[in-house]
Amino acid sequence: MTSELIAGDAAADDRPAVIPAESVIRRDAIGRAAEAVVIPLGALIVSLLLFGVFVAFAGINPLDLYSAMVLGSFGSWFSVQNTLTLASPLVLTALCTALPAQAGLMVIGGEGAFVIGGLAAIAVGLPLSTAAPPALVQLGMAIAGMAAGGAWIAFAGALRHWRGVNETISTLLLTYIGIAVLNHMVEGVMRDPASLNKPATHALPNADMIGNIPGMDVHMGLIYGLIFCVIAYILFFHTTFGFAARMVGGNPRAARLAGLAVGRIVMIVTTLAGAAGGLAGMVEVAAVQGRASATLAAGYGYTGILVAFIARQNPLAVIPVAILFGGINASGGLLQRRLDLPDASVLVLQGIIFVVILASETLFGRFKIFRPKEN
Amino acid sequence: MSMHTSITRRLLLAGLGGVGATAITANMPFGHAQAATPVVGFIYVGPRDDFGYNQAHAEGAAAVKKMKAVKVVEEERIPETVQVAKTMESMINLDGAGLLFPTSFGYFNPYILNEAKKYPKVRFEHAGGLWTPKDPKNAGSYFGYIFEGQYINGIIAGYASKSGKLGFVAAKPIPQVLQNINAFTLGARLVNPKATTQVIFTGDWSLPVKEAEATNSMIDQGVDVVTMHVDSPKVVVQTAAKRGAMVCGYHCSQAALAPQSYLTGAEWNWTDLYPKFVTMWMKGETIPNFYRGGFKEGLIKQSPYGPKVSAEARKHADDVKAKLTAQQYVIFKGPLKDNTGKMAVAGGSELIQTNATDEKLESMHFLVDGVLGSLPA
Repeated sequence: MTSELIAGDAAADDRPAVIPAESVIRRDAIGRAAEAVVIPLGALIVSLLLFGVFVAFAGINPLDLYSAMVLGSFGSWFSVQNTLTLASPLVLTALCTALPAQAGLMVIGGEGAFVIGGLAAIAVGLPLSTAAPPALVQLGMAIAGMAAGGAWIAFAGALRHWRGVNETISTLLLTYIGIAVLNHMVEGVMRDPASLNKPATHALPNADMIGNIPGMDVHMGLIYGLIFCVIAYILFFHTTFGFAARMVGGNPRAARLAGLAVGRIVMIVTTLAGAAGGLAGMVEVAAVQGRASATLAAGYGYTGILVAFIARQNPLAVIPVAILFGGINASGGLLQRRLDLPDASVLVLQGIIFVVILASETLFGRFKIFRPKEN
Repeated sequence: MSMHTSITRRLLLAGLGGVGATAITANMPFGHAQAATPVVGFIYVGPRDDFGYNQAHAEGAAAVKKMKAVKVVEEERIPETVQVAKTMESMINLDGAGLLFPTSFGYFNPYILNEAKKYPKVRFEHAGGLWTPKDPKNAGSYFGYIFEGQYINGIIAGYASKSGKLGFVAAKPIPQVLQNINAFTLGARLVNPKATTQVIFTGDWSLPVKEAEATNSMIDQGVDVVTMHVDSPKVVVQTAAKRGAMVCGYHCSQAALAPQSYLTGAEWNWTDLYPKFVTMWMKGETIPNFYRGGFKEGLIKQSPYGPKVSAEARKHADDVKAKLTAQQYVIFKGPLKDNTGKMAVAGGSELIQTNATDEKLESMHFLVDGVLGSLPA
């Protein structure tokens, strides 16, 4: 089931059976690249038009809507930074779904890896902060967060491979356990006694917090996410390991017959995915919240699933999609304030974009203009 | 496998296209809204029509909206994450807001504290009572002794209950919630010394399904008056009313949801406070950095009594309310035993509500005798 979700590309069906001339291949590549820009962009425009119709029914001029959206998301340097900040956690949590999807696994437990990663990071960061310089504290926290998140999702991977437990269900259920563990710890042994009405751990000293990207009001966590995406892309699309992993995703039985160590690949992929989620949690603690509390479970893990699907599980495509979501989120406030739209209208827009972009995928290969003529 | 590489290019290029579009729009003349009239911003953690915590604040904002020469901007469902920081900055930068009311408890640290340092000319007012003298002077906090209202709820519930079994649906075992549970129980026991309060902690502020389950299970056990401390009392009120139980409200009035079963409720009175603060701010006066109060200061109010409240109950409750308003009444007065038999407040000592620094009150961690339930150690 999962492999169809990943590989539902209509373009795959009309590949010519005979090897074409080099010029045709080149034209084909250009055509496909153009198609790859025009169709998603067209889908985005269609979604915005549909959303405009939707708000018009609420008695609001769609032009006001669009100008508020542009202003709130990308219309000024402030808005751009706002968008990037809100996109930052989504880059990593999306990878938690996108990477296992390459190997045919549907992991939706990013939220669990996120909170466990954040919890582990603060558990290591607090004792370290009294003894080590900030760089070391952050390194220790990042390792702890990635290790904990990695182990969390790898556990689901192991259950899948050796016990046949459906990883979609197990990662979802693990999320509830993860949030319960988080609450238990911050309301119990890790609680700062001074946090009376909002139980939380002790705070990380300011000096040990992750700072901003120089010249920007966006924390360095965004860069971690971008690096993770690029490494993941290279690993999955330009190494033999990645080829093997995607082969497992295409057909695990064929992969096993071909002599691939499917179990090992599944473990590595799920560990990497969990590490991405755990790192996101670490960044949330070390760059934003400064401590762990119930607020860590803010839903970034779930939004990450949406981002991964719209990015069609591609680690590089995750970046622009996360930024798109950050922008929608950033402009959502302005829609509420300037146009008196309820918060739910942003959810409506997200839903429209999700459906239209997924539906637009059936259009690939349907437009002759993007395809070179037959020989 | 090549299909994957084509996806890559496709979306990568789409992304590049998006960035290009950004560059174009960034240069377009969208001017910042420069506020000629003063702008006040309100930020809520949940929906502003939740019949609860957020609606109480939104009603306060609505009162400010009625004032002349001031503009109100609002945003709902803002989580206690970096998103609230960005919302505050967006209100300041794009709307020109000069006074902000970020109303959720978890907004204060670190978000309000950071923004207050970043924007020293903007005033930040937080509901929760967390401000201390070492925090920025352009930030402040206010809060109400709403357990006084829960005490009145308890008195009314004590009269109304036939079984003497009361129910309390609570979010988390934190001091503010425990004050309410204990005050409610003490109020009921003033009328019926054998009354008990069954408490169920759901674990979080907004868990509608668990809240409904808790209400149902308590009513199954014979509870006939229910109250609560969750963000939105809507589900508890509707479930109780449907099952034929009576209910005392919280945060704001839920009478409209159950006109027959609603007895009374402990409400915030932000409709009074917010216009007051906004007027002070517009006149250039200093809003107190730390402001608290109960019935006397008008920070809380009681919902009008419902049809099922007897004349006797009304009189008793009104008497106590008058004494609380005159500050001649202490709710947590020793000797007071907890429900494990230990002495919680020694004879002769009092936890006075107006004494904001009373640590025993602020860090309350016990359930009084009569509460059925237990706390984590």
